[in-house]
Amino acid sequence: MSTRLATGGRLLNKSKALNFSFNGTTLKGFEGDTLASALLANDQVLMGRSFKYHRPRGVVASGAEEPNGLVNLGEGGKFEPNQRVTTTELFDGLKAKSQNHWPSLEFDVGAVNAKLSRFMPAGFYYKMFIHPRSFWKHVYEPIIRHAAGLGAAPKDRDADTYEHFYAFCDVLIVGGGIAGLQAAKAAGATGAKVILVEQTAHLGGRAPVDGGMVKGQSVADFITATVADLEAMDNVTVRTRMMGSGVYDHGYVLGYERLTDHAPEMTGPRHRLWRIRAAQTITATGAIERPLSFAGNDIPGVMLASAVRDYAVNFGVSSGDRTVVVTNNDDAYRTAIALKHAGLDVPAILDARPAGTDSDLMTQAKALGIRIMMGHGIATVKGGKRVTGVEVCAQAGEGAVLEEIVCDAVAMSGGWSPVVHLWSHCGGKLTWDDTQASFRPDPNRPPLGDRGQAFVRAAGSANGETTLNAVLSDATACGAAAAKAAGFKSKAAKAPTADEPTERAMIPVWLMPQGAGYKLRSKTWLDYQNDVKVSDVQLAAQEGFTSVEHAKRYTTLGMATDQGKLSNINGLAILSDALNQPIPQTGTTTFRPPYTPISMGSIGGEARGDVFQPIRRTPMYDWHEANGADWEPVGQWRRPYAYVRDGETVHDAVMRETKNTRENLGLLDASTLGKLIVKGPDAGKFLDMMYTNMMSTLKVGKCRYGLMCSENGFLIDDGVVARVSEDKFLCHTTTGGAETIHGHMEEWLQTEWWDWDVYVANVTEQYAQVAVVGPNARKALEALGGMDLSAEALGFMEWADGTLGGFDVRAYRISFSGELSYEIAVPASQGQAFWDALVKVGADLGAMPYGTECLHILRAEKGFIMIGDETDGTVIPQDLGLHWAISKKKDDFLGKRAQQREHMVSDERWKLVGLETVDGSTLPDGAYAVGEGTNANGQRNMIGRVTSSYHSPNLDRGIAMGLVLHGPSRMGEVITFPGTDGKDYQAKIVNAVFYDPEGEKQNV
Amino acid sequence: MLILECPCCGITAEETEFHGGGEAHLKRFGPDSEDKDFENYLFMRENPKGVHFERWRHNNGCGKWFHAARCTMTLEVFGTYSAQTYEPPKALCDAISAKRPGWSWGAFS
Amino acid sequence: MSNLVSALDKATDSSGIAVIEEMGLQGMITLRGDLSAESVKIASTSVTGVEMPAQNMANHAGASGICWMSTDELLILCPYDGVADTLAKMHKLLGDTHSLAVDVSDARACLRVSGPNAREVMAKLAPVDLAPEGFSVGMFRRTRLAQVAAAFWIVDAQTFQIVCFRSNAQYVFDVLNVAAQSGSEVGFFK
Repeated sequence: MSTRLATGGRLLNKSKALNFSFNGTTLKGFEGDTLASALLANDQVLMGRSFKYHRPRGVVASGAEEPNGLVNLGEGGKFEPNQRVTTTELFDGLKAKSQNHWPSLEFDVGAVNAKLSRFMPAGFYYKMFIHPRSFWKHVYEPIIRHAAGLGAAPKDRDADTYEHFYAFCDVLIVGGGIAGLQAAKAAGATGAKVILVEQTAHLGGRAPVDGGMVKGQSVADFITATVADLEAMDNVTVRTRMMGSGVYDHGYVLGYERLTDHAPEMTGPRHRLWRIRAAQTITATGAIERPLSFAGNDIPGVMLASAVRDYAVNFGVSSGDRTVVVTNNDDAYRTAIALKHAGLDVPAILDARPAGTDSDLMTQAKALGIRIMMGHGIATVKGGKRVTGVEVCAQAGEGAVLEEIVCDAVAMSGGWSPVVHLWSHCGGKLTWDDTQASFRPDPNRPPLGDRGQAFVRAAGSANGETTLNAVLSDATACGAAAAKAAGFKSKAAKAPTADEPTERAMIPVWLMPQGAGYKLRSKTWLDYQNDVKVSDVQLAAQEGFTSVEHAKRYTTLGMATDQGKLSNINGLAILSDALNQPIPQTGTTTFRPPYTPISMGSIGGEARGDVFQPIRRTPMYDWHEANGADWEPVGQWRRPYAYVRDGETVHDAVMRETKNTRENLGLLDASTLGKLIVKGPDAGKFLDMMYTNMMSTLKVGKCRYGLMCSENGFLIDDGVVARVSEDKFLCHTTTGGAETIHGHMEEWLQTEWWDWDVYVANVTEQYAQVAVVGPNARKALEALGGMDLSAEALGFMEWADGTLGGFDVRAYRISFSGELSYEIAVPASQGQAFWDALVKVGADLGAMPYGTECLHILRAEKGFIMIGDETDGTVIPQDLGLHWAISKKKDDFLGKRAQQREHMVSDERWKLVGLETVDGSTLPDGAYAVGEGTNANGQRNMIGRVTSSYHSPNLDRGIAMGLVLHGPSRMGEVITFPGTDGKDYQAKIVNAVFYDPEGEKQNV
Repeated sequence: MLILECPCCGITAEETEFHGGGEAHLKRFGPDSEDKDFENYLFMRENPKGVHFERWRHNNGCGKWFHAARCTMTLEVFGTYSAQTYEPPKALCDAISAKRPGWSWGAFS
Repeated sequence: MSNLVSALDKATDSSGIAVIEEMGLQGMITLRGDLSAESVKIASTSVTGVEMPAQNMANHAGASGICWMSTDELLILCPYDGVADTLAKMHKLLGDTHSLAVDVSDARACLRVSGPNAREVMAKLAPVDLAPEGFSVGMFRRTRLAQVAAAFWIVDAQTFQIVCFRSNAQYVFDVLNVAAQSGSEVGFFK
């Protein structure tokens, strides 16, 4: 059984016991435990089920590479699925539940898949669910959806908060193992600004577990001294519980800091995503031990040798009472020796290498009385939910069983693979290392930065170094070189030297035994989480999936939440063997960030809830809110759609506002309309290019409605232009158009006509603007008093400065409704006061505020176009019958040349008309009209579409505008619009001006 | 995510302060131009593997447009320069030649 | 006039690790012109009483100051109730120099972040190196704060002043408060 040992546990605080629960059972652990070590200490080896076959799964690793030990963690707003037990620090009250099983972890119905595994080979889903076609939607997909997914999806809103942090440094070091610390010291000594991040809570990595002596000290003491040195350097920042998650272009690196996962009672954000810009990045990310591929290597109790050692040394936990060690290298001997020192039984070390000279570690193991069987391996592991023994065979043969050894744990080691992920994220290339049988960073092909310089270096075992001395010397040189590349002078940094045992070279072992037959290979796992076996990869190769990227997707090898950290190289080796080519020729799949999954919350950072996105507010926002505003987003602005009174629906409110504005008085907050000042000797000339109209001839004091097109002719914005003085214009844009059109003007001024003397300023928000609309508009403003707004003093399309009710105002007599209408601009800081004053004087005149929907109906009743309704980026002014606004006198304006193109002058372009339903109902917005015949796809030919459609309370029927083929010459014709509701709507083509066609109401 | 130096204000900042504006050094063709010229101006764009010239605007900064010479393969930025010019500065072209001998782009090399 | 209300009416929040304040009305004038022109220099410096700032810098004294916005743009700071007079003086001094001076006091909002953690709070939202050795008193930076454009400078070692669009004031205030939430000290700037 697995249990807590009396000795060991260097990371534990045994004076502080913690309670936690697993599947509802309360268990005990210590401060310093991971959930994995605490579960093992309670003999909970079975921790989950695999994805495809629901096989029993126990923890196999001790770090971020863990594929098996995934749990649902927490409850309610703190619930999160697929959390790795090996990286979850234990805290008091932790609640974990195993996942991907039903009804229970011990007994799982889905495990029947495993019995059928012969019939569910690689590509099974692709092959099975294709026929019959009709089955997919109603039979296969629901079943697969039900079965899919590992953990449960969270149901509650995330109770935690998250944030970003921008940091800049000269040298960033990812990994706080002995190599990272040593590199930080060397870089820090040059004065460079250094950040070192370590994903676990502890510095030093696995060096203290592996042992050895540095500069006459134990490795642990050497690390303590190095950390103290770093802490004394003001230019060095060391952060634990922070993973270097991804390396991106130009030295951008994301650091994922877990602030409260280990102590959820703490206040503050849960995760902080560091957005780091580093001149140089060192990946000191260590190496990951590879599993060996033998039958039954997925049975709970089969673990990486290094993990077994970690649990014993770091957490004082035995993974089993009797552990068989199986290896192709010397490092696993350290596990055997550590277990023996902890008083545990190691019945044998099965070493796949042929007999030869003993290394130091072999000699030590022998001296401890451990039986070493050279040239041997495991034929198959016995057991179901737990290892009960191993059948031993010769590595060279086909797996004839030589003897059976009873044990309850297997510690395996297939050698070590450098963690090259961060090196590779931004284009760093790899080279194959024959001695270690692994890919390592190729220093000649590094990721390149903004000036074409190498900006990532790998150090220590991440760089393929395997001995303590080599790691220390590589890290020292790397730290100094990185600082130098970042512009800091380094003195010749001297690496500390270590005393360490000699090791005998490893040999690659990709399959155990070498000649394993199909029966063994089909029980030999590569990817534990996704249930991909040696036989599956071989089948994929046989079926022609010879590219590594194809084989990956066909078999799902390495596509689980661990992204193949354990399975990748083993799978490549099997594929290469099947293709009869060397591994480097097969290559690797692409390493993509993040290194391990990071929370969605951390990616969003502060952007959630009220500040998910900016909401722009006018000065009268609070009044609208207090007076029933039903909000409509317009760009980032919020505008009242309607002001809903008690007992009204939104539609009722819109109808009331629309009638009242025509009959009495409406007030609209028009502050969001863009206002751009254009000034200079060339301002007129410039606006002549910007607008289709002639603006240079506009008289001071007058206004003109203008259209703006892009260079390819399409209408992009419209608005009223007022000439303020001889060299100064004020251009109104659409709501949300202010920034775009300001940018558009600056673009042409800066990049095409830079010799023209024009300055533009965006003064949109300087003014609160109120549209005062309706028959009583003039009366209301006269009640405020101060300036003459009579028809004689201020004619239609004129503006004037003056005062109203004591406010300094600019009054524009313009109308987007066909009513008598003024737009009054006041400084924004007085906007609310002015609005209040209008509401007060308007009370006796039937004043009501109105929202954007009323505004839309009023303009549609008059046949006025709206950018974004009648236009969609493919419509030119000529389509909308706006020829009157397109100057024929001007040689040039933006869009003029494009509007001469053959397609733009074609008679076949759909043109704007009014549409009136035969029965008075409202046409569905966006509906298409159908004509005679069908197109090549057998669809009915389309001859037009609805661009705006409303119920007009003033006309008491539906009105609409639309673009229709040959529309203007088809007046009176009835055309058909099929609705999505199955009904056909009949509408007559009419003039788009439905209301007051003579324009009598606005000219009073 | 790229970093660029704005040649107008001298600030080096990350991409989120900037806005890409497409190909640089387009020559505008107006109302009297031939269809072919206008088509080229409006639609035809370089799509190089390697040296490329583009327009950027420092829209969350000083608001100015500028030009950048960049490698589309390695994302190396060879340099940034004024938007008020019809061609890249010679010093920049020379610097690119040193790193990418034999490059050419549109009319430049 | 009692009718005058700044964007957030001097809202304050000190519940987190820094104090966030909307500072009330501040006179602001956008001046566009050739910054090397003598008339532009005189118009700017004589109304503010401070020297022309260098590129990416701001000079200020109390409510008056000059911020370098761009190669052809300055932001002139002056007392709110003196904007009209200041503009008139500037127009006179600018004469017929091609330029544009316009009141933007109500188009913008001014906020202040203060306290020992002010730098960290700002560094959570702005993609800028705000380390003391990188960003010091007198420097002026236009950039973004989370998702909106903003400009800021350091008044003293513990105080940032921010200028943003008036319509975004509530967003900036709120997002600063999120960045200043209790328990969120970073401890990076030394």
